Amino acid sequence: MRRENRKRQHDGHGFLMIAPMYLFTLLFVFAPLCYMVILSFLTRAEVWGVVHEVTLDNYRNIMTPVYLRTFYESLKLAGICVVLIILTGYPFGYFMAKLSSVWKRRVSMLLMIPFWTSALIRMYGWIIIFRSNGVLDKLLMGLHITKEPLKLLYTYPAVVVGMVYALVPFMIFAVYSSAEKMDWSLVEAARDLGASPAKAFFTVTLKLTMPGLLSGVVLTFIPSMGLFFIADILGGNKVVLVGSLIQEQLMKARNWPFAAALSVVLMLLTSLIIWLYRKITKVRELEGFY
Amino acid sequence: MRKIAFSKLYIGLILIIMYLPILLIVIYSFNESKISSVWGGFSLKWYEMLRNDRAMHEAIKNSVLLGVLSCCAAAVVGTLGAVGMSRVKLRTKGAVEYISMLPIMIPEIILGMIFMTFFALIGLPFGMTTLVIAHTAFCIPYVYMMVKARLAGMDASLLEAARDLGASPWRVFFDITLPLIAPAVISGMLLSFAMSLDDVVISIFVTGAETNTLPIKIYTQMKTGVTPEINALCTIMLGVTLAIVILSGIIGGRKRGDV
Repeated sequence: MRRENRKRQHDGHGFLMIAPMYLFTLLFVFAPLCYMVILSFLTRAEVWGVVHEVTLDNYRNIMTPVYLRTFYESLKLAGICVVLIILTGYPFGYFMAKLSSVWKRRVSMLLMIPFWTSALIRMYGWIIIFRSNGVLDKLLMGLHITKEPLKLLYTYPAVVVGMVYALVPFMIFAVYSSAEKMDWSLVEAARDLGASPAKAFFTVTLKLTMPGLLSGVVLTFIPSMGLFFIADILGGNKVVLVGSLIQEQLMKARNWPFAAALSVVLMLLTSLIIWLYRKITKVRELEGFY
Repeated sequence: MRKIAFSKLYIGLILIIMYLPILLIVIYSFNESKISSVWGGFSLKWYEMLRNDRAMHEAIKNSVLLGVLSCCAAAVVGTLGAVGMSRVKLRTKGAVEYISMLPIMIPEIILGMIFMTFFALIGLPFGMTTLVIAHTAFCIPYVYMMVKARLAGMDASLLEAARDLGASPWRVFFDITLPLIAPAVISGMLLSFAMSLDDVVISIFVTGAETNTLPIKIYTQMKTGVTPEINALCTIMLGVTLAIVILSGIIGGRKRGDV
């Protein structure tokens, strides 16, 4: 009887504890998300605001070539960035897992600092580098590799560099955390059985670190469609992401229903990617994500 | 042997590239010359200018206030949430946990957009209140995840022992659970503070005309034209971030030793 009582009292206080989180989540995350979906079916008012008239026009609007093109361009940029992120980040995470534990700690500390530093500030550093007659131009001209300033700022490559730079730590941590857990004796076994280092890598290591790699892809692909300020700062007006489009519709064109529809599509795309990730790896949590 | 050397070289090279933009900002913040590609000698004049900039003071004050408020709110909600979730059996648990983690999973731009339209809908005036709510939303996941991970590694028999000895659930929470998860709570708070201090995307959407935070100010200045003052400001922010990372590293480092 007493035990029963205590159990009930125990549960009661548990509910009290989760109450703030339930309330906050429902009110300030769930409700706004629902409103976004509703908003995407409403009509834009003549001057300002929203008319409560249900329509599919916003979605039809997305299907026009202009906006489809933005989605295509944005996906293409994200794809390019992710490939480059894999090429630079995977080896880093893999090598890092092989370091001694002291160095592992040191390197992850060194990674944490830029990772925690505002992406905005780090982008500013790239402006200094890329600017016409900036650090890179000075260096290349000083070494007589180029004759005149490259004028890299406000170009496509500048945006790619900025994105890769901002997002590569996610890939590194994801790959590292799965390479760290890996059973290296399996690689040794493969080598002992006569596999070449390359073959051992592709048949054993790559397979075992795949969850980390894929998690890194998810963690970098999703933001690279939304980081409009990188495209803005390093790309001028030349590179338009889905994120830039949403921002423009919200702040400048003031077409909120259309911005909502764009966001819904982007959300669906995001969910699809995460769903695919879970389907492929059968892992619920994203590796190296906290 | 050669292979190991190559891997270290690679790690070193990438780290250098990672730090290069940051180092340049720091170096140029001490540059006497206004043109950033020319080195005009060492000077503190941009810091001096910053010190006399009223609008900048306002932005700094706002950013710190916002960071403190949202990381404290997130600490309370996230910690109680994580501990409570581990103790109750509810069918909606998984769903609510999933939704509450969304703010750091979905693209920032969407989060900014849903807050902006929702606050407009419920008629909340844009300013510090809306900023704090929005920042708390993306800070909760950091605290929650860290505390949850810490709870998973905790010895459940300690709690049972306390309960069998007749301690009330709240007593157990304050006397046993909280001291044990304190490092996780604090590192979650520090991470939250750093994220809040750095956020520009979400803040742009939910701030009012009068409330400027530091990143918003930097962003608008970066777009209108580059002044060396930003270098100095960025350097100060870098210093703050560095201090937070080191502090959190010290606390996180103790994590392994003290149990």
